[in-house]
This record gives sequence, structure tokens and C-alpha cells, in this order.
Amino acid sequence: MATTAENFQAHADDHGHHDHKPAFFARWFMSTNHKDIGTLYLIFAIFAGIIGGGISGLMRLELAEPGIQHLGWIANMLGEPGASFDAQLHLWNVLITAHGLIMVFFMVMPAIIGGFGNWFVPIMIGAPDMAFPRMNNISFWLTVAGFCSLMISAVVPGDVTGNGAGIGWTAYAPLSTYGSVGPATDFAIFSLHLAGAASIMGAINFITTIFNMRAPGMTLHKMPLFVWSVLVTAFLLLLALPVLAAAITMLITDRNFGTTFFDHKGGGDPVLFQHLFWFFGHPEVYIMILPGFGIISQVISTFSKKPVFGYLGMAYAMVAIGVVGFVVWAHHMYTTGMSINTKLYFTLATMVIAVPTGIKIFSWIATMWGGSIEFKSPMVWAIGFIFLFTVGGVTGVYLANGGIDDVVHDTYFVVAHFHYVLSLGAVTALFCGFYYWFPKMSGKMHSEFLAHLHFWVFFVGVNMIFFPQHFLGLQGMPRRYPDYAQAYSYWNEWSSIGYLVLLASLGIWFLNIIYAFTMGKKAADNYWGEGATTLEWTLSSPPPFHQFEQVPTIKDDDHH
Amino acid sequence: MTIGQSVREAANASFTAIKAIGLALALMAVPSVASAAPAASAAAEAKPAAAAPVAAEPAPEAPKIDPNDPRYKVAPGGYTPMKPTPGVGMPIDGALDVQTQFSPTGKQALSMHNGLVWVMAVIAVFVLLLLLYVMIRFNARANPVPSKTSHNTLLEVIWTGVPILILVAIAVPSVSLLRAQFKDPGKQALTIKATGNQWYWTYTYPDNGGFEVISNMLKEKGEVKGTERFRTDDDGPSQLAVDNRMVVPVGEDIRLQAIGADVIHAFAVPSLWFKIDAVPGRLNQGILHIEKPGVYFGQCSELCGARHGYMPIVVEALPRDKYNAWVVAQGGKVDGLPEAPAAPAAAGQAAAEPAAKPAA
Repeated sequence: MATTAENFQAHADDHGHHDHKPAFFARWFMSTNHKDIGTLYLIFAIFAGIIGGGISGLMRLELAEPGIQHLGWIANMLGEPGASFDAQLHLWNVLITAHGLIMVFFMVMPAIIGGFGNWFVPIMIGAPDMAFPRMNNISFWLTVAGFCSLMISAVVPGDVTGNGAGIGWTAYAPLSTYGSVGPATDFAIFSLHLAGAASIMGAINFITTIFNMRAPGMTLHKMPLFVWSVLVTAFLLLLALPVLAAAITMLITDRNFGTTFFDHKGGGDPVLFQHLFWFFGHPEVYIMILPGFGIISQVISTFSKKPVFGYLGMAYAMVAIGVVGFVVWAHHMYTTGMSINTKLYFTLATMVIAVPTGIKIFSWIATMWGGSIEFKSPMVWAIGFIFLFTVGGVTGVYLANGGIDDVVHDTYFVVAHFHYVLSLGAVTALFCGFYYWFPKMSGKMHSEFLAHLHFWVFFVGVNMIFFPQHFLGLQGMPRRYPDYAQAYSYWNEWSSIGYLVLLASLGIWFLNIIYAFTMGKKAADNYWGEGATTLEWTLSSPPPFHQFEQVPTIKDDDHH
Repeated sequence: MTIGQSVREAANASFTAIKAIGLALALMAVPSVASAAPAASAAAEAKPAAAAPVAAEPAPEAPKIDPNDPRYKVAPGGYTPMKPTPGVGMPIDGALDVQTQFSPTGKQALSMHNGLVWVMAVIAVFVLLLLLYVMIRFNARANPVPSKTSHNTLLEVIWTGVPILILVAIAVPSVSLLRAQFKDPGKQALTIKATGNQWYWTYTYPDNGGFEVISNMLKEKGEVKGTERFRTDDDGPSQLAVDNRMVVPVGEDIRLQAIGADVIHAFAVPSLWFKIDAVPGRLNQGILHIEKPGVYFGQCSELCGARHGYMPIVVEALPRDKYNAWVVAQGGKVDGLPEAPAAPAAAGQAAAEPAAKPAA
């Protein structure tokens, strides 16, 4: 492995010049530099996040009180003036579908894997770049193309009632086959094909890079946990996404070429689609959260000024989560009419995941135990993450029970649960990583005050949005409803007010970015001090365009 | 072969000779006095069994129908829709917990739910307290020199082992709850089939002559045109009330089957801890048992297109005699009573209440 890295380095040295950056177009549109592509991914994810988050704003607005008040003007805004009542309701389904797809495929995944993964995996293992720089470029632009396809789907006919694909991010057949006849659904499905292909290529890139391009002395068991997390994630992507690709290709052929994979009238089975989808879909939720685990491990260790507690346990807990994550998918389908034995198996298997997850939570706390904790902004986000993820985790154990699930399945309880692990888990980890690495990436220090303020306002906002949704779900409010009974109005109003708080916190975040670029101090190489021991802190901020022209050697006593 | 599969298969074969054999065997096994109701019912259904070629034993004589059997009673006065009790069988604004449960499995699930809520709260608070403790005890001011500890095998074994024990403790009631939910409702159980359509429910009563009830959400007063029926508080809350309810007998096991006519829907009633997907081409089933007469509200729980939020479910549980009266009002036959010599009580009732159909 070291040989490969050396060869690569030798090739880079041939150019014999430092920090030569291509001109603007070549640099940003034909980029093969992992840091530039990482930056592109982050900018793209922020852009997609604004759209996906804006859509959730429209949803919270409509749900602020019973009745349909706002879908009409939203339809008007989207080019469907005078939309009928049914068209307005269809628009609601388009919004929930777009929100889910954007946040999963075009916000969290590009940011956490494409953005931070691209930026820091090569640096942390002492590699000059990713293994396949040009494939890296294709990955990014395919993601953008996928996003464009999804946007196109919003303005072409989806159903007899209106534009857009109103099939939910899960795209269950037959609603997504003969239930939605227009081309919008094809565009939405095609967008998943593109994003999926991009992710598969990214996964190949990460696996190859991590296995072959580690600096001398950087053994697998010395890799920083963030690199471990991306490695496990890459394997999940590689194994899960082809299944999604197969499932949605069958959707396409069912829709357009007369096959009946998911149509009982031709011998198919609608439930088959759900099995295929969730065989991808459950690993997908770990794909979104595992790199977050890695970021949290780095941050907790840095600001406790201690090595991560139980490093091997932490690494293999992630491997265990990844493996078990592949055999629990049908807990998303408890009400589809499974037999008791199937339900029993998936109940027990799902609960098993709580064990490695518990190991991670307790190891983070044990890392802090005995440490000398500095409450810099990333640390505050990380501690917030541990608590919020624990809340999302325990409701996961609750939902794992097949018999209990019957009352809360497809209700707001589930919405609350997965937003606690994603919106409050993965996104909190994203902001944690952002404040941890932003000065390293940009060379400019952000405002710690604004970063702390951002955290507290965000923390209040997301809890206000999502904690009451547990109550709504327990009382039986189903998901994906644009209107509800009067009895659900109290907590819905709280939830909608919470959105405004969240919005304010994002305002603070943008303000902080503007501050950093206009007034921010120049960032030192290692601005977090003694606790920050991974390789990115040995480089300048921002790192040179091509780093590690001299291959770093990792000494035996160097710790993760 | 699982219980679930066998249950489903048994349901699917309800009109076949297999059932006839089963009924014949049941008749032989059940002493005539031990349970009059099942025997009578079985005999009534066993009539076609006499013609079935599989019956090796001589078909037993059909016992006389006991007019005093509560199963056949038809309440006088026909059917008037029950008024829902506010806050019962429906969501309550600002409430924090699940709806009050009215089914045995719901009550069993509720007690497990209550335990789980404690487990969840204790774990979350435990983690929070640990975090607060380390934040106070080990911040840079309180502890300037960090320790170098990074392993403690005993600790790691404990925090792997204790969660496993907690999970085992959760799994035990979870398994028994699933067993209860998959209990075979038995051959006597009334079968009702709920079909999800875009965007309304239809309920079929094969044991009562196969009539069908079409159930649409009621619009608000301001939304209806002309003389169309609008929702009143006697129908139930807005977004939840329907024109024709799914009426069921109280206090007995009901085999509820669900199927989708177009796309997937889901039949759900939160106050009965009941939810089952209505999938096209697939007959799912669950056991519904309501302990108390009342009106129980639910909503479609699988995204099914534009009006997904506009196809509520209302289950009205009535005592048997009132249920029978409703069946008669629907033009159906009382379960167990032979078709031809219509029970005079039932016939009389039907004649006396010709217009007692639920207002449509």
C-alpha cells in the first residue's frame, strides 16, 4: 500500500511546482482535486438544503392550523394557477416527496460523504488525493444532474390532478406505477438513478483510496474514526444502492414497458417493491448517520484532549451497525401483513442494533470522562448530538417492537423518530463538522459567539418542531397529511412555531459564514490546539492545492 | 407454516369444503349443551356441507335455532347511528400519550407501551446526567490535565451487557404481544372485509349476506352543495367523520380483512391499536375485538394519492342485537340464521323499519 502511495506521490512531484491552481472554469467545472470537489459538494448541499428546508417551511406553514390555507398560492407560484382542490392536495404529496428526496440524496449525503468525506479522508490518511480523481468529478456532476431531474419533475405532469411526483420518497408501488401516470414520476425515479450512480462511484473511490493510499505507518487500526466511518459507509453504499437501482428500474419498466414486477394483476407483488426499497432504505439511514458518528468521535477527542475511548470497539461498532443494518429492513413494513415469525425476527434483529449504538454513546462519554474539556463550538454541537441522537435512538427501540409499532406506524411518531436521528442527528453532526473544519477549509475563522448562538437557537428550534410530533403520533396523527382533525392542532402549532426558531438559527449560521469571509481572522494551521492530532492539523489552513508532496510517515506512538 | 399464514389461508378458504369438514368436526367435538351458540351457528353453516362430497360422516341434523340465543336477537327500533362520546375513540387536543384503548390486545400493548416509555425516559435522562456530570467535572477549568485512559475492559463489557439485558427484558413482552395479536380468531368469528379505494373505504360483510357499505368522509357545512349531507357533531370530529360507518358487534373476535382496490391504503384505528395495510392483490387480516360499545375513529395510514388525508375510518361497535338490527337495515341476513326460513323476528324488524338505513 505504501508503494502505491509513493508512486502516486512521485508522479505528483513530476510537475515540480507548488499550489498551481487551474483557472476558474477548469478549477470548478472540470475539477479533479478532492478538496475542490469537496467544496463543490458542500456548496451544492447547502443550496439543496435551502430548497429542501424551504419546502419544509411551506409544509409547516400549511400544518400550522387545520384546513387547507396555503397550498393554493404555492401551486400558483409553481405555475399552476387556479389549481383545483385535488391538485392542491397532490401538490402536498409533491412537497413531501421532494423534501424527503432532497434532504436524503441531495443534502445530507452530498454534504457528509461528498463534502467532508472528500475533503478529509485523503488528508487524514496522508494521501495526496482520491484514488480516482476524474471519477470523483463525475460523481459530483451526476449528483447535480440528478437534482436537476428532480426539479424538472416538479414542473411536468405527475398525475391527472397536477404537476410533480406525489409518491413519497419511498415511491411505493403501485402509487408510483399506475397510480401516477405522468412523466414527473419518471423524472423523479431517474433522479435517483443518477444520484445512486454518483454514490456508487463515490463509494468505489473511497474504498480504493482508503485501502490503497494510506501513508506509511497508517495501518487500518490507526486510521482516524472519521475515515473508518466513511469506509463502512462506502461499503453500505456499494451494497445497498444497486438494490435501489434495480428496484426503481423495475418501477420504470412497470410504468413504461408493460412489465408487472409490482402489479398483482400480472403476477407481481406491490410488497416486493417495499422489500427491495427497504433493503436499500435501512442501510441508507446508516449511510447518513455513520459519517456523523465519525465526525463526533474526532471532535469529542479533540476537545477532551484525550484519545477516543475504546478505539477498536468504536470502529467495529460501526462495522457491526453496518452489517446488522442489512438484516433489519422489514421493520419498516410491520403492517404489510407479515407472518408472526417474520415480525418476531425483525423485532429482535432490530433491537440488536441498539447494542453497538449504545457502545458508541457510552464510549463518547467515556472519552470525555477524565478529559480536559473545552467548550469550543464544535464540542457543543457534538454534545448536543449525543443527547439528541440518544432520544432518537430510544424511540427507535420502541418502534422496533412489531406489536407496539401497529399504533404508531406511519404516524408522526415515526416522523419525530427519524427526524431526531437525521434532522437532529445527522444535521447536528454536519454543523459540528462544519464548525470543526470550516476554518481549515476556508482559512478564515468563524465567530465562536455566533456558532454557540447558532447551536442554542437550533437546539431549541428542532426540539420544538419534533418533540411535540411524538405526541401527535401517539395520538394517531398519520404522516403525509396536509390537513388534520382539530384535536391535532395544539401540538402542530408548536411544531410550526419551532420551525421559525430553526429558521432564525440558520440565519445566524449564514451570518457567521459572511462574518468569516469578511471579518474572520486568518486561521492558524492547528487552531484547536493540542487535542487536534490528526493529519489535517499538520497542514496549513487552507491546505495547499496538492498536499503531502512529501509522504507523511505515521510513527507508532501517534494516536488516532 | 406460521400462525399468520395459516390464519390467512383459513380465511381465504372460508367458503370451501375444508370449512365444512372443520365445522363437522367441531360439531362432533362440541357437546351439544356446552356451547349452544357456536354449535347452532356451525350447524347453520354446515347445511351446504351435507352436499359436500368430502363429508364421510353422515351430516348431523341441523339443531333447532334457539330464538333466545343472543346471537340472533335483533333489537327493536332498528338502527340509529351512535353518537360518539367526545374524547373517546378519537384524538384529544394537546394530549401526550396514546389514545385510551378499547381492545384486549390494545390494553396489553398499552401496558407494554407504558413500560417502554419509562425505559426510554430513564435511558435518555441517564445519558443526559452523564453528559452534565462530565461537562461539569471534566471541563478544562476543573480538570486542566487530561487523563490518558483509553481502555477499560470491564466498563466496556458492562455497557455492552447491560443494554443486552434491557433488550431481552423488552423482547419478552414484545413476543407475547405479537402472539396475542396473531391469535386465531376462530371459525365462529365474524369476517368483515375492508377495501381501500381512492379515496374511500368499502366494507363487505360476507357472513351477513355479503352486502357492502360505502364509507366516505363527510364534508363540512360550508363545503357541501345543495342538499348534500354535511358533518354534524353527532357524526364525529371534522376530517374523521364518515357518512356510513363500519358497524361491528362488540365483545367478540372479528376477523378484519383488508385489501386495496387500486393502490396501497392502510386500515388504522389508534384506539384499538390496530393497523393493517390494504394492499392490492393481497388479503391481509387482523383480529379486531372491541370491548365497549362506542364509535372509534381512524384514518388511512399509507400514502395513497391526493386525498390520502380524506378517507377516514369509523368503527361503530354495537351489542349483538343492535348490530343485527343494523345488518337487517342494510338488507343483510343475521349471521347464523338460515336464509330461507327467515327468522320471524328479523323479518318483522325489517318490515317495521324499512327506512332505517343510515342517512346517506
